[in-house]
Amino acid sequence: MIVTSHKARFNEPLRLSSGAVLPEFEVAYETYGTLNAARSNAVLVCHALNASHHVAGTYADGPDNIGWWDNMVGPGKPLDTDRFFVIGSNYIGSCFGSTGPASINPATGKPWGADFPVVTVEDWVAAQARLADHLGIERFAAVMGGSIGAMQALQWSLDFPERVRHAIVIACTPRLTAQNIGFNEVARQAIMTDPDFHGGNYYDKGVVPARGLRIARMVGHITYLSDDAMMEKFGRALRREAPGYDFDIDFEIESYLRYQADKFAGYFDANTYLRITKELDYFDPAARFGGDLAKAFAQAKADFLVVSFTSDWRFSSARSREIVRALLDSRRIVSYLEIDAPQGHDCFLLDDARYHGALRAYFRNMPL
Amino acid sequence: MTEAETIARWVEPGARVLDLGCGDGRLLRSLWETNRAPGYGVEIDDAHVLECLRNDVNVLQMDLEDGLAAFADQSFDVANLTETLQAIHRQEYVLKEMLRVGREAMVSFPNFGYWRARIQIALAGHMPVSKELPYEWYNTPNVHHCTLVDFEALCGKLGFRILERVVLTDGGTVATLPNLLGALAVYRVTS
Repeated sequence: MIVTSHKARFNEPLRLSSGAVLPEFEVAYETYGTLNAARSNAVLVCHALNASHHVAGTYADGPDNIGWWDNMVGPGKPLDTDRFFVIGSNYIGSCFGSTGPASINPATGKPWGADFPVVTVEDWVAAQARLADHLGIERFAAVMGGSIGAMQALQWSLDFPERVRHAIVIACTPRLTAQNIGFNEVARQAIMTDPDFHGGNYYDKGVVPARGLRIARMVGHITYLSDDAMMEKFGRALRREAPGYDFDIDFEIESYLRYQADKFAGYFDANTYLRITKELDYFDPAARFGGDLAKAFAQAKADFLVVSFTSDWRFSSARSREIVRALLDSRRIVSYLEIDAPQGHDCFLLDDARYHGALRAYFRNMPL
Repeated sequence: MTEAETIARWVEPGARVLDLGCGDGRLLRSLWETNRAPGYGVEIDDAHVLECLRNDVNVLQMDLEDGLAAFADQSFDVANLTETLQAIHRQEYVLKEMLRVGREAMVSFPNFGYWRARIQIALAGHMPVSKELPYEWYNTPNVHHCTLVDFEALCGKLGFRILERVVLTDGGTVATLPNLLGALAVYRVTS
């Protein structure tokens, strides 16, 4: 499947949760499949931390650039683009096309940098709603995502209940734990204490805080994998004949983390990373309802599919069961899968027969 | 009369049903089609969960032996446990949970007091194998067998009231000597 990336421009200001205002913004997106005449087959796919609107397929000029959820979305895939019109949308604040910290601030003619506001999941969803208007989609057959993408699907069901028929919430949590926030703070400190950070205004200095970003990625990456999966993949295998009694790479896992860190620092923007960790920390849809998630879901009208993975310790199955309990308490229709798979939080990206079989069945039974 | 027909007769139109150990969801499917009773299934087995989704039945993948913590008190009209009682480990706990969550509980199980079972033990001297109990002793998932008398004694101990009972053998109801002549028992109880 050859796909094309688009951008939609919005000149109407967007008021953000923080009170700041984005005077104008762009949203990068891709679409797959065809919108039917009744406009009833649209599915919005929301992406997680380091992904983008490039959900599926490849580009004509980039045959190796495969979409991040290509095993889930496409012709004949669980989310079948022969039947559904699928939209991948890049969140605002990103570094992959939508307006973000590296974009030009119209007030100064220079990159936003440190001045780019902290955005929240609610802000992302509000920007996506503008995109839906732009594409002429009043109501989505489904809004789906994994991890931070799932938070957006959940938020959609609360903020635009009339516009979401099904919310598919995978590897999610209704709020971060103190441990989750702690890991995010390590990542932020790594970035902000990098001498190349320059308070966030590094774009015109010809440097990037790559050292900080590398450490942030290493910490993050560890939380995406389970202890068992790491042990299975790397064990205590050495990269050299014998321990070196120095600080070069001894173990395979060190080599892997350094490789992932280098790769990530080469394409991701530190200002975006900082803001996403804040957005994660702030996510708490129950907060407005005295901490009662069921009361929050009383706003929703969608049917829900919730999926968790037993080895995910970042957003554990217990967090997903909280979501399910609250949905049941608020009398929503919900199905819940708790898949016993070993790879940790990253399971949501993998091709597990039970997981994909369930999604396939769920979409197949979705009336259009 | 079948077990499913018995349950369908007891479930009022529009009732909210929680089916524990719901298998492929066929009971919930038929209750929705005949009684417009919206239901949720609880199932632990991956293959059954997938079948439920294929059958367009709401299913929650959970271990019912961990209790029904996901469900609020009295949030269902009916909690149903079809031919699963004998395969769980914590009978008292699960039954109490059913009546915490549901206004009524419907419970069915193969009757170990059925004469064919009794004869296999008493005369042939081996563990019963039958249509209702198709397993050998070494591969059965069943861990706690009981008879009608046993179940009713447990209901008494737990303070449950038996509202109705249907005893079945080969698709027919059994009126006389049910604990001897009944292969399968279906109960409707409340607290």
